[in-house]
Amino acid sequence: MPSKSAIEVTDLTKCYGELLAVDHINFNVKKGELFGFLGPNAAGKTTTIRMLTGVIKPDDGAASVFGYSILREGLKTRQLMGIVPEMANAYVDLSAWNNLMLVGELYGVPKSLRRERATRLLKEFGLYERRSHLVKGYSRGMKQKLLLCMALINEPQILFLDEPTSGLDVESQRLIRDMIRDFNKNGVTVFLTTHNMDEANQLCDRIAIINHGKIAAIDSPEKLRLRSSGLQSIEVSFDKGVDIEELSKFHGVNEAKKMGDKIRLYINEPSEVIASCLIFHVQRT
Amino acid sequence: METSLFWDQFTRSFAIVKKNIRIYYSKGPVIIFGLLVPFFLFLSFYIGRSMPVEALIPGLLGMTAFFTATSVGPAIVPWEARAKTLERLISSPVSIWTIFLGDVLSSFLFGALVSMFPIIVGFSIGVQIVNPLILGFGVVLATFCFASFSILLSAYPPTDTPASVMMLSSMIKFPLVFISGIFIPIEELPAWGRTISSISPLTYFTDLARYSISGKGYYPIEVDLIVLAVFTIAFLVSAIKIHERTMQKRL
Repeated sequence: MPSKSAIEVTDLTKCYGELLAVDHINFNVKKGELFGFLGPNAAGKTTTIRMLTGVIKPDDGAASVFGYSILREGLKTRQLMGIVPEMANAYVDLSAWNNLMLVGELYGVPKSLRRERATRLLKEFGLYERRSHLVKGYSRGMKQKLLLCMALINEPQILFLDEPTSGLDVESQRLIRDMIRDFNKNGVTVFLTTHNMDEANQLCDRIAIINHGKIAAIDSPEKLRLRSSGLQSIEVSFDKGVDIEELSKFHGVNEAKKMGDKIRLYINEPSEVIASCLIFHVQRT
Repeated sequence: METSLFWDQFTRSFAIVKKNIRIYYSKGPVIIFGLLVPFFLFLSFYIGRSMPVEALIPGLLGMTAFFTATSVGPAIVPWEARAKTLERLISSPVSIWTIFLGDVLSSFLFGALVSMFPIIVGFSIGVQIVNPLILGFGVVLATFCFASFSILLSAYPPTDTPASVMMLSSMIKFPLVFISGIFIPIEELPAWGRTISSISPLTYFTDLARYSISGKGYYPIEVDLIVLAVFTIAFLVSAIKIHERTMQKRL
């Protein structure tokens, strides 16, 4: 029976010695969804994506992609995927064209079709003119675009993107984000890891926040923003010294901390607190 | 495994073959090194000895096939582990045996092709081949056997440092050359020498080559062929099994 979910993860766990890198995580990704996996460095994002793409084996738990178990039916699950890993791993001693031909052949794409797709993808990503050049001469942005081309040569049903815009210039970031939106519009499910909240906010239908190997929350970007409003902060500084206790009594301020010559206020309602600070300043002068 | 799936995976192993040839085997230094090492090693032994050239070609052929078929194979997995391209292969819809079959086939093709060189040299200096069909089949079987051996050499320990693997493989390959009846025919070895030489697959190929060229071998030709086939299966199966077990440590 075909699965309704693109990805189903149950109690997925991975340990590296004493370190619990991914700790019994559970989540579902719907078909056609653009799902973000957001967290700081070393939160467990890459470990999760490497388990889902069959690179490493989980120590516990289960996961399926389009109903196929990643452990028992690895060949079937990987056949449906396109993967852009965190580290650029195109063959630098091959040309872009030969990298695409290699990946196409590994996915069993017939020769004429992979030539046609490679030509189209390289043109779309602006690499066609340099298709015969060895990848070792490519810039970081070009390598990242090539990785996307390689991930798309088999026309995957699901794309796994591990920090696809990390370290790129603004223009390349925009191009890749636009491309990701386009793939998703065309029905491709996207699983995207990022540590960039803005990126997740701009792109994703839902976001899972992971930290220390555990999922802290899963929701739409807007609902997560509302939920985390108590975590917002503003920094203020005054020309004369102030009593920090006075500021912490403002309505809407949860906590006040001295940070060098500034005071950081953790707040619920920014506009109200900013107004209170201005009034406080006027009254003092 | 279903036949169609097996065939599908087998055809995908040719993608690995093409990749290996483009990246590793088509390089000038690799080809030259593959030819020069056996040639000069052999020359250092040949000069100053009054041996008929017919007796020397089997040894040269054995060394060439052995050194070329095992020249790059041991370093491929550590290289790719370091460059993270191994991760790309593992995350592709190909099984581990598909990847290693591709590595073996590329080493085999390189070894078989370069092994033509001593045969051509033999022809050009008037060496007669008594059993060309057996020689041809023997070259194919032996280079496939040595190619499988080359993959086994990188199976353990699971390092991502090519230099470590190459050093380890040299420590195993060079002694094998000296105990395999290349420089001293097996029948001239003492009993303990013959016992040691029997554990080397190269012994049986050198013996097969001698039989094919001069019509005389130490072992019956059936023994040479069967033992080479057994070594091939044992190397291939054990290499894939060990790589399967150690793969996670490389990624």
